Amino acid sequence: MAESNQAFVRTAILPPQAPPLTEKGVIKWLRENLFSGWFNTILTLAALWAIYSLIAAALPWWLNGVWNAGSLGECRTIVAERAGPDVTGACWAMVRDRWHQFMFGFYPQDQYWRPTIAFGLLFAAITPVLFSGQKRLQTLMLTGVAAFLAATLWLATVPMLPVALTIILMLALLALAQVRPAALMWFTVIYPALAFFLLWGGSFWGPAVAMAGLLVLLLAYRLLLPLTGVGIAAGAGIGLALLWWAVLDAPIAAGLAWLAPIGLEPVASDRFGGFLLALTIGVTAISFSLPMGILLALGRQSDMVLIKTLSVGFIEFIRGVPLITLLFTASLLLQYFLPPNTNFDLILRVIILVTFFAAAYIAEVIRGGLAALPRGQYEAANALGLDYWSAQRLIIMPQALKIAIPGIVSTFIGLFKDTTLVAFVGLLDPLKGITQIVRADIAWKGIYWEPYIFVGAIFFVICFGMSRYSMYLEQKLKRDHR
Amino acid sequence: MAYAGEAPKPGFRPGMLIYDTRYRSLTIQLIVLVLFAFGVSWLINNVIVNLAAKDRTFDYGFLWNRAGYDINQTLIPYTNDSTHGRALFVGLVNTLVVAALGCFLATILGVIIGVLRLSKNWLIGRLMTVYVEVFRNIPLLLWILLSFVILTETTPSPRDFRITDDMVAAGQAPAARMFLNDSVAITNRGMNVPAPLFERSLGTAGIGEFQISLNFLAIFAVIGASAIVNRRMVRRARAIQEDTGVRPVTWWKSLALLFVPVIALLLALGFHLEYPRMTRFNFSGGIEVLHSFTALLVALVLYTAAFIAEIVRAGIQAIARGQTEAAFALGLRPGRTMSLIILPQALRVIIPPLISQYLNLTKNTSLAIAVSYMDLRGTLGGVTLNQTGKELESMLLMMLIYLTISLMISSVMNIYNSAVKLKER
Repeated sequence: MAESNQAFVRTAILPPQAPPLTEKGVIKWLRENLFSGWFNTILTLAALWAIYSLIAAALPWWLNGVWNAGSLGECRTIVAERAGPDVTGACWAMVRDRWHQFMFGFYPQDQYWRPTIAFGLLFAAITPVLFSGQKRLQTLMLTGVAAFLAATLWLATVPMLPVALTIILMLALLALAQVRPAALMWFTVIYPALAFFLLWGGSFWGPAVAMAGLLVLLLAYRLLLPLTGVGIAAGAGIGLALLWWAVLDAPIAAGLAWLAPIGLEPVASDRFGGFLLALTIGVTAISFSLPMGILLALGRQSDMVLIKTLSVGFIEFIRGVPLITLLFTASLLLQYFLPPNTNFDLILRVIILVTFFAAAYIAEVIRGGLAALPRGQYEAANALGLDYWSAQRLIIMPQALKIAIPGIVSTFIGLFKDTTLVAFVGLLDPLKGITQIVRADIAWKGIYWEPYIFVGAIFFVICFGMSRYSMYLEQKLKRDHR
Repeated sequence: MAYAGEAPKPGFRPGMLIYDTRYRSLTIQLIVLVLFAFGVSWLINNVIVNLAAKDRTFDYGFLWNRAGYDINQTLIPYTNDSTHGRALFVGLVNTLVVAALGCFLATILGVIIGVLRLSKNWLIGRLMTVYVEVFRNIPLLLWILLSFVILTETTPSPRDFRITDDMVAAGQAPAARMFLNDSVAITNRGMNVPAPLFERSLGTAGIGEFQISLNFLAIFAVIGASAIVNRRMVRRARAIQEDTGVRPVTWWKSLALLFVPVIALLLALGFHLEYPRMTRFNFSGGIEVLHSFTALLVALVLYTAAFIAEIVRAGIQAIARGQTEAAFALGLRPGRTMSLIILPQALRVIIPPLISQYLNLTKNTSLAIAVSYMDLRGTLGGVTLNQTGKELESMLLMMLIYLTISLMISSVMNIYNSAVKLKER
């Protein structure tokens, strides 16, 4: 009996049928992701309604935006002429009109090229830090910086000499990125002095001689290292550098300035404002708070009771008070704590306290990273015979910092957002200081959406960029293959 | 033959202070101690010299002097004849009110957003991501200023609410209307809301200047008592269910227990609302909520909710998928899985960062300065400081108060942490 001959058994395989209409393509996606039940359907409809009402309210206002006008009243007239009497329109002409004030505050107009070059070179300086060991990305970033500088300097009126020097510098950096990328780090080291010179002006020799103090430190450390140990060599180096700064710095700088008077027109701190101020405070505080935070975190983990107590006290005190009170300390109280008649720059005072503030938070984040490291890592470093600092540098910190990256970056983002608070001690931050000036002007009285949207958008771009970079870094440093 | 095991001669050489790890830490600490003592004494000396140069003393006597300025929002009685110390308390209460309300509302909003961000609904997930990214990456100060500007510049002035006889005759409506059945009016000066009043008030009790309304105390006491009784009843119902398998019906008893006593008390006290009414130029009656308060609260809640949403999301995602699967394998339904398996574990991850967000919110209330809300910084660190010129004293006292609040919140966190810590053997 041949069963295969029975009529109802199929011998040929059927071709696969197309899935039902509701189980493929767009409809399937919609059913699964938007309408997968009555609750989800309600949520989707509510979201659609919210998006629609937002767009319906904002889009005409946005599209009717006016870019060329001298005052808010003029803007409204133009919108009324163009679209009808009851239509609202954005007045972006304000941004055009006050662009320079938002960017530079009251920085002298003919000197705008200085912060611009400093801003461009900032990215050149952080390139080797952001993309260490990635030649292609470094070259890409440096080319971008060069293009930015070329475009802005071409548009602005700039004396010939700085342009030539900038071009030479950028070409040299690009060449260096091809030949010896590791050497780019040296530019990062000298950048703070360069930026200080560009922004505040004055004699070239002030920052240059101050930088030479670091050279003294390094030289003493290198020379003493084989003779003594790490601790003594570092201590002696720091001591000599302090000596350099305290005693020799001023006369040498004055002498050099007398011999070769190179310099830029000095710009006082109270003329700084807008994003120039926010970036100056933010970038300085960020770059100093990380090393300080690491030291505080190590101090908190230390076996030495006194150092531990001091670190804990500092961290808990700073974290326990609002930043505003610290800023008021900088502006009101420092005059009590310093010797009579010392008066140093308000921006510098604010930077110091913002750095302390961020360092305390970073110390806590790094402490979390240290706590997450398995005990075995410390023991393995000890077993290899590494001393404390080598173990920290080679074994512990690379791993702890990697774990702490998200926290560190969100502290940096918080710090950058907090630079707006300097408005309360009389500095012209972009958000409150400059916006208030613009809104107090008779021409732009009554404008509020546009300045806040503009300033908010710039903050968003910078902070969002930082958080994306931290994701990239986490991905790059990932060593486990899960 | 010499044995290698012979102990080195016990002796102390000065070099051991640096090279011997047993003594090196002592040396370092000694150096640090000397430097620290030197630094502190330098600072104190500077303060003394500076105070002497300015012909000032360091004392807190000014706290008992007449303040002489008005505060526009006072939750405890205060006039400009009160002392600076009392102004400090008014400011502190204002700070704490914003902080407490802010924490409460931000938690609710943040949990909703955090859960919705994990929703399978694509659109909702994306919308919530946009919300979180926008609010996290823009300074809080902008949200405070923007809410304040919107509240003050887009709202009608009180005179737009007025109805004159001419308008009635002409059948015209006023330019602006009140909300919620004529009980809430939002003007460019503030928000007028109904005030709770008691006809047969119990009065107040307290010591000296510190008075507490007995009415509210009684209401809270009754609510607390009914909640406790209700909880005992539910627990008993559960015990019966575990013994017999039949759960007694409790929902109407719960409702009655929770609501009847409070309503009875309110009726006994003669509770009623006093609605704000338009008089000649402004609203009278009811409570006027300042826009500075509302703007600060709204901005703090929206901003902090974005951070809380991220914490909630991370907490739920931190629970291994196997936990859900195990719960399903035991036959638990999704709702029970969430409440019995996921949430208790997620809370352990969520609570510590959540409390540090509360801490941040509390410290961020000091941004009230941007909208001139009279919080602690506005009274003690603002007007009092400027009037008396006692910068050092006011600032130090203000820092101390903030520090105390912060340390109290973080000690609560530490107690909680040790309570829920995984009990490992």
